[in-house]
Amino acid sequence: MSTPVVYGANRPFDLPSAQRRIIAWTIYVGFFALAVGVANGLAQALNYAHVDIFKYYPGMRTYYQGLTVHGVFNAVVLTFSFANGFVQLTMARGLNRPCNDFLLRAGFAALVIGAVLAAYAMFAGKASVLYTFYPPLMAHWSFYLGLALIVISTWLTSANLFAMLSAWRREHPGERIPLLAYISVVTYIFWDISSLGIAVEVVLLLLPWSLGWLSGAAPLLSRTLFWLTGHPIVYFWLLPVYISWYAMVPKQVDGALFSDAVVRLVFLMFLCIIPIGFHHQFVDPGVSRGLKFAVAVLTFTVFMPSLLTAFSVMYALEIGGRRRGGKGLLSWIFKLPWGNPSVSAQVLAMLAFMLGGITGLMNASYNMNLTIHNTAFVPGHFHLTVGTAVALSYMGIAYWLVPFLEQKELWGRRLGVFQAWCYFIGVLLLARGLISGGLAGMPRRTAISLVPYQEPAGWRIAGMLVGVGGTLMFIGAALFFLVLFMTVLFGRRKEVRDIPFTETIQPPQSRGWQVTMDRLSYWVAFSFVLIAVVYGPFLVSHLPPRLVAQPFQAF
Amino acid sequence: MEVYEKIFASVAAAILVLFLGALAYGALVLKINLPGHGEVISPGPGENLAVAVLKTPPFNTPGVKQVSPGKYEAAIMAQAWSFMPAEMDIPAGSELTFKVTSVDVTHGFFIPGTTVNMMVIPGHVSLETYRFEKPGTYLLLCHEYCGMLHHTMVGKVVVK
Repeated sequence: MSTPVVYGANRPFDLPSAQRRIIAWTIYVGFFALAVGVANGLAQALNYAHVDIFKYYPGMRTYYQGLTVHGVFNAVVLTFSFANGFVQLTMARGLNRPCNDFLLRAGFAALVIGAVLAAYAMFAGKASVLYTFYPPLMAHWSFYLGLALIVISTWLTSANLFAMLSAWRREHPGERIPLLAYISVVTYIFWDISSLGIAVEVVLLLLPWSLGWLSGAAPLLSRTLFWLTGHPIVYFWLLPVYISWYAMVPKQVDGALFSDAVVRLVFLMFLCIIPIGFHHQFVDPGVSRGLKFAVAVLTFTVFMPSLLTAFSVMYALEIGGRRRGGKGLLSWIFKLPWGNPSVSAQVLAMLAFMLGGITGLMNASYNMNLTIHNTAFVPGHFHLTVGTAVALSYMGIAYWLVPFLEQKELWGRRLGVFQAWCYFIGVLLLARGLISGGLAGMPRRTAISLVPYQEPAGWRIAGMLVGVGGTLMFIGAALFFLVLFMTVLFGRRKEVRDIPFTETIQPPQSRGWQVTMDRLSYWVAFSFVLIAVVYGPFLVSHLPPRLVAQPFQAF
Repeated sequence: MEVYEKIFASVAAAILVLFLGALAYGALVLKINLPGHGEVISPGPGENLAVAVLKTPPFNTPGVKQVSPGKYEAAIMAQAWSFMPAEMDIPAGSELTFKVTSVDVTHGFFIPGTTVNMMVIPGHVSLETYRFEKPGTYLLLCHEYCGMLHHTMVGKVVVK
């Protein structure tokens, strides 16, 4: 007996069309940011191959200005826009009720105003501080205010999800939360807690400092607050994609999700293990070795839910492949609907994520980090994760989501399939180049084409691979935008009644241990306790902040 | 959870524990460790960080000093966009301890091909020791973005 992951699966999904428009625009803001980010990405990839085109980009004065735009637009504006739009939709479908109108609109407004402010600062050359904005590099105040507003938009989105959930719970006392709604709301609870580090850093330290109200910056404390959020932020990019992999992709391949409980467990594990940001500070002075090793262990622990995901999602794909006539140990793979661009993009994204996950584990591997920290290995890793597992999945999701939001038929299905493969092959070459370059000592965040020394062995071939791979990724992304643009503007009218959602073979139990998974306040309390244990002593010993560093703006 | 899920989860957990064991072995037995907690440099009220660094030993006399036979210590200041000193000469087979601090922004201190890889954070002293066995010229790179000319911030260790 299988159970749908949403409430009221047989009733139509009655999302008011005005809300549908706002969700669509939230997602388009994200894809617009991706277009800007990708345009700059091409210049960076080619720079590794000693081809300088960034100087021809209007308004881009330095390599690092373009790199800041690339990082902030792709990793913040795209991801937050997509998460806000997509998860409000999945929550609404999960509970089969509309959003809170005011919160939906307020979240969108905060997102757009924040993105415009941050974009102004970056394009004016007043915020070439990269995605990590480590003080005492000091950006214009509009950069920090813009980032703060973008984070506030996610909090408004959370408020919307909580409002929907509490209304549903009042009407359905004692019932299990439908799985799609559960994983949607846990994603945002997880993020709300995670975002506190960066919120404190930006609102209490950097914004007042950039306005001249503080005498200096506290570099190590700021880094620590940044990474308190900066590691879990990668799961906030990932979890909306997990929602699709778990709840939608199985349906799209004619399969089914096996276990309801395992999916809830996976999301809860992310919620419970937030404080692992210190593994980005393995080679920092001022952080003790014991803390570093403890955080390495915690990071390995949080690798578990991703391994469980690999099992569950692959099993769901296998069920689909076999239902479609696949036989044998592996040949069911060929029976998957590879001609559906939404499926091929997301399955390729999953493959990239396996390599991305393993390289991530290497980054987190305590002393192994000495050979790769801040080398090109790191962007090699995260172009497989956020750059592909996440970004290519967004594109795959868009292939059904945009037709649903626009009530139009997808334009260029076959082009969509080609696009996904082009991007995927591109990232494999790019990541191969960056990883081998990193192992040969090539630093990240460096204008390689401009270095004043003889490049060590291995850098040249690495740089060529990055250039070629990045170009293929750029072409793949450009074709995605063509499909998107043509669908929105010229797609044929077609009624799309519902979004794809799967069923679980093992339904949620209404008694026993599984019920405690829905008592979210317990898990939130646990999460805070763990953060206090890991970060408490460090933060207390850094208060009041030592504001030792003077602003620096030579960028 | 079903039996296959349990088997998969157990194997996955066992592999992770094995990996952690290898890291602990590297740290405890092979002594490959991360830089730990170092000293702090605090400017007085109204004092510039650069002034405070120049008053703090060993940064009041930057450079390489021999501390005992086969052991050297280098006091290095990182600033946009150079290392001071930019070149360090030592005999092959000797052990060099780097003490590095920044007078302005966060920098990196990375010697490819070695385990010398540190962040250099204003107000903190980064500490790392490495034994240079093979003669040659080792590239020293700043690998954290530190402004417009970050890519020109380099130095070298010459091992003779």
